[in-house]
Amino acid sequence: MIKQLSQRLLGPVTLILLALTLWLGLWVTPSFKVQGNLARLVYVHPAVAWVAIYVSFGTATIASALYLWRRTRSMLVDRIAHCAMEVSVVFIILTLITGSIWGRPAWGVWWAWDARLTSTAVLGVFALAYLALRRANDDPELRARRSAVLALLAAVNVPIIQFSVQWWKTLHQGATVFSTDHGLKIHGLQAWTLLISFLGFTMLYFWLLRARYRLEVLRDERYRASLEEALVQRRREGVR
Amino acid sequence: MIRVALLVAAKDLRIERRSRVLLWQVLPFGVMALVLCGLALGPQHAGHSSAGPGLFYLVMLLVALLMINRSQSIENSPGTKASVATLGLDPAGVFLGKALALMVELWLMGVVLLAGSVLLLHTALGGTLSALPSVLVTLAALAAAGALYGALSGGGQGPATLLPVLSFPAFAPLLIAGERSFSAALHGGSLWQWWLISLVALAAYVGLGILLYGVLEES
Repeated sequence: MIKQLSQRLLGPVTLILLALTLWLGLWVTPSFKVQGNLARLVYVHPAVAWVAIYVSFGTATIASALYLWRRTRSMLVDRIAHCAMEVSVVFIILTLITGSIWGRPAWGVWWAWDARLTSTAVLGVFALAYLALRRANDDPELRARRSAVLALLAAVNVPIIQFSVQWWKTLHQGATVFSTDHGLKIHGLQAWTLLISFLGFTMLYFWLLRARYRLEVLRDERYRASLEEALVQRRREGVR
Repeated sequence: MIRVALLVAAKDLRIERRSRVLLWQVLPFGVMALVLCGLALGPQHAGHSSAGPGLFYLVMLLVALLMINRSQSIENSPGTKASVATLGLDPAGVFLGKALALMVELWLMGVVLLAGSVLLLHTALGGTLSALPSVLVTLAALAAAGALYGALSGGGQGPATLLPVLSFPAFAPLLIAGERSFSAALHGGSLWQWWLISLVALAAYVGLGILLYGVLEES
């Protein structure tokens, strides 16, 4: 009952939160001191990056680790890893696009070979490579095992992205929300709008993941049904 | 594990010595690529360009991809997998052996291509020699990563583009670190910072390979 209700509410709540982010971010919150209205991208870009790098890629990594651990090995976790990685690709592309839109007026270029930008792009290529690897293997077991290993290898890049702004002198700004002593760098209505945007995009991720997962299950069922149908047909031909 | 690694490495190097693929196919390809890089720069710029280290690593990347594919096709040749399974060889040792053999091959290619870059791209001899330790560490990291990604791509059994697609994101940081340390040796700058990144990457890939190679090879 609760599960059904939460599944039904996921979509509408996501839409409400995103609409609220849009309204608060564009009309209600004041513009920023230095960058003016341009900095309103703070209500989109960090939240999208959070979902792309930590939530989505994190889900794929955890599901892959669970697949590699014999006790929890199942096609269910492999399917979750695959779906999460697909959604991650979408969010990584969105992260790069929104970052680029912000970077053009702020830095004067659409793209800079900055440590954070480059490491995020590398993560995107890793995610695309993961999808390519899945397409290259027909055997479900082999495919699941190889892609799980690749997801774990790719996860090494996540701490590099996180600490890139500290390890190298970069164009990209440091932490947006928290300062180095873990104090808040953003306050009041702006902080609340940021929080709502993080919640909204995280829920959007779960909504997309759920939809993608259902699609994958349906595809598997269809494949199995078509396989059985083909077997029945061959048997009939054999009887004739 | 070390004994198995040495056995596998000796086997791979012996095959390479007998087949001479490295000498007659990969090396000419690498030199040809280096000549093309020199031609792309043109006679006016070849001696003055700071692109030498980048072009050297670009050529090394192409050569490494060929060698990784070859190394894995040796492992996937008929009978080899069955023999490894029958003998009950430690997969971590097999990984280390393959990485070791690849490293030796890459080092040989690296030294020849470094000499080529001095001749064709006019990188300074003194700077190139001082870059040698960092080049060797970067190539060792490339070999460890290559052995792992080669197994991941299925060693020539999958599509030809799979290995480059899979390994590019893993190789990119290594190549950047290698290029930066080579440039620092030639033109001055912080050599140790990039050298350290290559060393950390080498340790990480050796560790990950020891842990994960068995999973890739399990049937």
